[in-house]
Amino acid sequence: MGIIQKSQVKSPWIMHFCNSSCNGCDIEVLASLTPLYDVERFGIVNMGNPKHADVLVVTGPVNYRTARVLKNLYDQIPDPKMVIAVGACASTGGVFHNCYNILGGVDKVLPVDVYVPGCAARPEAIIDGVVLALQKLSKAVGVAK
Amino acid sequence: MAPRTVAPFGPQHPVLPEPIQLKITYENEKVVDVVPALGYGHRGIEKACELNEYPKNIHLVERICGICSCIHGISYCETVERLWPLEVPPRAKYLRVIYSEMSRLHSHLLWLGLLCDALGFESMFMQFWRIREKVLDILEATSGHRVTQSISVVGGVRRDIDAEQEKTCIKVLQEVKKEAESLINVLASDPTVKARTVGKGVLTKEQAILLGINGPHLRASGVKEDSRMLGAQAYSELGFEPIVETAGDCYARALVRAREALQSIELQLEAFSKMPEGEIFERPKGRPPANEVTYRAEQPRGECFYYAKGNGTQHLERFRVRTPTFANIPSLLVMLPGCELADVPVIVLSIDPCISCTER
Repeated sequence: MGIIQKSQVKSPWIMHFCNSSCNGCDIEVLASLTPLYDVERFGIVNMGNPKHADVLVVTGPVNYRTARVLKNLYDQIPDPKMVIAVGACASTGGVFHNCYNILGGVDKVLPVDVYVPGCAARPEAIIDGVVLALQKLSKAVGVAK
Repeated sequence: MAPRTVAPFGPQHPVLPEPIQLKITYENEKVVDVVPALGYGHRGIEKACELNEYPKNIHLVERICGICSCIHGISYCETVERLWPLEVPPRAKYLRVIYSEMSRLHSHLLWLGLLCDALGFESMFMQFWRIREKVLDILEATSGHRVTQSISVVGGVRRDIDAEQEKTCIKVLQEVKKEAESLINVLASDPTVKARTVGKGVLTKEQAILLGINGPHLRASGVKEDSRMLGAQAYSELGFEPIVETAGDCYARALVRAREALQSIELQLEAFSKMPEGEIFERPKGRPPANEVTYRAEQPRGECFYYAKGNGTQHLERFRVRTPTFANIPSLLVMLPGCELADVPVIVLSIDPCISCTER
């Protein structure tokens, strides 16, 4: 295992993008960075720049306007990358499934690696989702786990 | 004239948890023009509200915004109840006030944290969110969920707070009050915070009235206006008095929200002490009659206006929400031109923008 592969799995930097979410999942993503849950102790840092990120955390259903933005951000993230759909809306469209401006879940636009259920998803569930994504990432970069 | 640059601020930006785009024109470091571009958060909830039967809309309306979800749910019920009109049991009125104020408290603590984050005051951001978790804990213990409480139903509330839970709530609220007071003292007296906020993004009283600004943003410009003064639910019995600052800058807006957070703890404690015993729910008779009603509620971000039209069936013919941030965004076009590039995030955040509310 080379040093690059090791560091990719050790300290994932996430980028959070809010589609047309209701904020419920967004504040829970932020809450998991703050003292009670504190994912920074595992080396998980929230990044504003897609080129710094390893994991794309998406909340909310995709609508016709954000679909292009989301695709654009995904393309800018360097490989290997993981996509986590946080919450019922990001997974399937949720309560907004029959709204006229909604395309559906994130998987309508991007390949999703991990789905985190819940409305809003709890911070514990989001952390669990990141851990699952890391296991998948370590397989992808050839670090057995 | 110096060369001009147009740069997008958003839809994905570290300061904004939500998607809104501001096309900002700079002249060197100075902002000269701002054009907001909206539509990233639009889902079409108002139309979806017509498709569902009226009791099922509560879940949809609560998801207009996850931060003010509780007040959206309560206000939807208040609006639909006005169609009959229905009278809610007195204990339910008090419970609605308690949940509204609890959600205002957590929203203001959240905003104070985000402000510190935008200033680069990372440790203070963490401290505010640490005490906010205590409020979420009592919300979860009493209603069953951290974010979307779904506490209100048409005709009353879904769950009661028993004596033991009440004791826990009061204990936690007093702890939160003590910690919040000490944090707010630091925030209000810190020279770095003052250097970044005093005199930034000034909105005068006349401009605020002309633009139709509302909520804490309006009160920070010296206008005494709050929908809670109308005395809906149990507010009329609680001796509510709005908090006003006169400077109209980012610092004044922070102070208004900080003092409102402390005030909402006081209101909750008072509501707990005055809450009568009795029923919490009365089943509505029949369907919502053909009628048109409006309702004004004070959200953490400002005044929210609701309109409902019934037609005698289980479905509403029209449900309309006009949210506070929709009214507050125009103030950015006045406050941003002339400011420095580095002050843009703080000024944008100082209106407490809630894009998912605005676009629904």
